[in-house]
Amino acid sequence: MYLQMGWRNIWRNPRRTIVIMTAVIIGVWAMIFLGALMRGISEQMVRNGITTLTGHIQVHHTGFRKDPVIENSIDKPEVVEAALSKILPQGARWTTRVRVDAIASNARHSGGITLVGIDPGREAGISFIGQAVTEGVYLKADDKYGIIVGKALADKFETKLGRKLVLMSQDTKGDIASRAFRITGIFRAEMETTEKQFVFVTIAAAQKMLKLGNEISEASILLTDYKGADRVADDLKRVLPSGSYDVETWRELLPLVTAVLKMYDWFIYLWFLVIFIAMGFGIVNTILMAVFERIREFGLFKALGMKPWWIVREVLTESFFLLILGMVAGNALGFLSIFALAGTGIDLSALSEGMEFAGMSRVIYPVIFIKDIVTANLVVLILGLVVSAYPAVKAARFTPVKAMAHT
Amino acid sequence: MMNIVECRDVKKIYRQGKVEVHALRGVNLSIQKGGFVALAGPSGSGKTTMLNIIGGLDYANSGSITLDGNVINEMSQSKLASLRLQNIGFVFQAYNLIPVLSALENVEFVMLLQGVPAAERRERATAILEDVGLKDACSRRPAELSGGQQQRVAVARAIVSNPLIVLADEPTANLDSKTGEGLMEMMREMNEKKNVTFIFSTHDQMVMDYARRLVHIRDGLVADDQNQE
Repeated sequence: MYLQMGWRNIWRNPRRTIVIMTAVIIGVWAMIFLGALMRGISEQMVRNGITTLTGHIQVHHTGFRKDPVIENSIDKPEVVEAALSKILPQGARWTTRVRVDAIASNARHSGGITLVGIDPGREAGISFIGQAVTEGVYLKADDKYGIIVGKALADKFETKLGRKLVLMSQDTKGDIASRAFRITGIFRAEMETTEKQFVFVTIAAAQKMLKLGNEISEASILLTDYKGADRVADDLKRVLPSGSYDVETWRELLPLVTAVLKMYDWFIYLWFLVIFIAMGFGIVNTILMAVFERIREFGLFKALGMKPWWIVREVLTESFFLLILGMVAGNALGFLSIFALAGTGIDLSALSEGMEFAGMSRVIYPVIFIKDIVTANLVVLILGLVVSAYPAVKAARFTPVKAMAHT
Repeated sequence: MMNIVECRDVKKIYRQGKVEVHALRGVNLSIQKGGFVALAGPSGSGKTTMLNIIGGLDYANSGSITLDGNVINEMSQSKLASLRLQNIGFVFQAYNLIPVLSALENVEFVMLLQGVPAAERRERATAILEDVGLKDACSRRPAELSGGQQQRVAVARAIVSNPLIVLADEPTANLDSKTGEGLMEMMREMNEKKNVTFIFSTHDQMVMDYARRLVHIRDGLVADDQNQE
């Protein structure tokens, strides 16, 4: 009967109930939907970082990360390849690259870029470049002079498919190495900075230009599940000769993204709290109004012998129903909004430069994190009941005679 | 016969700012079990205050009030709540039914607080509503009942848990004379049938005529005490 009373009481003033439910619905929706957008941004930052030539794990010669010069190349790639073949779990993929800073120039412009020598077949399964060529063709394994450039770089250099681009860098002997390539493909990337920074040639072409022999700059590994990165990295460290190689996971390779992820965790919970504070005032106000409207009734309850704790429970029951109704509708609305945007995302191209600075994508897709949904609902339910305790205790403290004399 | 209520030199002062209002100035009153007693007097005479103090809804400033051997003016709020729940039924002038509950649920409510099992609650509430002539109104909510019917439900609620005493504060004040007479008839029947003690406050002559004992209160004192049997 307590539950029945609670349920019926909230419908005594349907307009007020609907108003406070609307506040709860909007609050829960904002927590879930905007939380999912924030998660979407952070997930895409991780994905962009991983697919932009990072992978889940990388192996470098010791010292390459601090000083990425050609002298710090891996001189025995077969050792690394043997370790990878032995350690990597089923489904994992890997590739080797040459990566070096260089200057690109044509008749009109010149500028700094990163020259990446890739194994076209292996690379396609690991980084974004395999699917990113929008004009021309992707590199072939035996392509000696082909080069793929980003759309933004092509625009900046006022060049196009079929034109030449000269790359210049330092070779292993300390001499200037240069080679002319012909643009065979133009790629698009999530971020414009990626299009401007990287140019791709075959690994053989890069090794020949830089007189590297069979040396490589790095091995990049993509696992089926990023959660296994730490374990696989530890295994690799154990197998590879100690002191010669650095094995790092994406968390170490992308320290900014890792820091932003941690910050986002706090942002989301702070966001939940801010929304709740706004909503909490509404809840207290509404329950308080409902309590003061029914002073005589609470006086009657006490006159009939109801203990103060039972009155607190009665008021909290009403609050519980309000919160649950608002939460159910707020969750439904939140999920609907997320699913509605799951396919198209929110296009923020107009703000892309500013967003790219922070490593974000042009289109944001919301991502549901179950722990966020559970936290949002628990925040609303538990803190909602906590703030309702104030009017509930107030109701329990009315003295029967004074309460029943109230008009 | 034993006294169920014993009041000795009961005084009650209300303070409104700097003004003191002496509602009771030393009331002495004994009521026997099974009594059907009216506390009569004009407005402000102290009869409602007297009922509230006997019912443990309010504290006296001095004096002693004993209900069925329990000295209630020394009890804590919590103990008074238990005493009211187990031993006292209340009927109020404004009916004071719970608006979101049906007549049957209103009658069940006190038994719910007492922890009576659901099936027994329903059985006893249905039986008492039949006794007060509201068998067909069980499922109606207070707003769907007339004033007289609401007050009958209130009486049913007051007596369903077999209290020692029912305190009724001007139970007919909001009813027309015919309905009021019907209610008094019913309360006296309950008094005779179930031997429940009834004390009610009134300034209605018809109600006074129904009482077997009439206690006049004036200016906070018992002015007259008549046996009308």
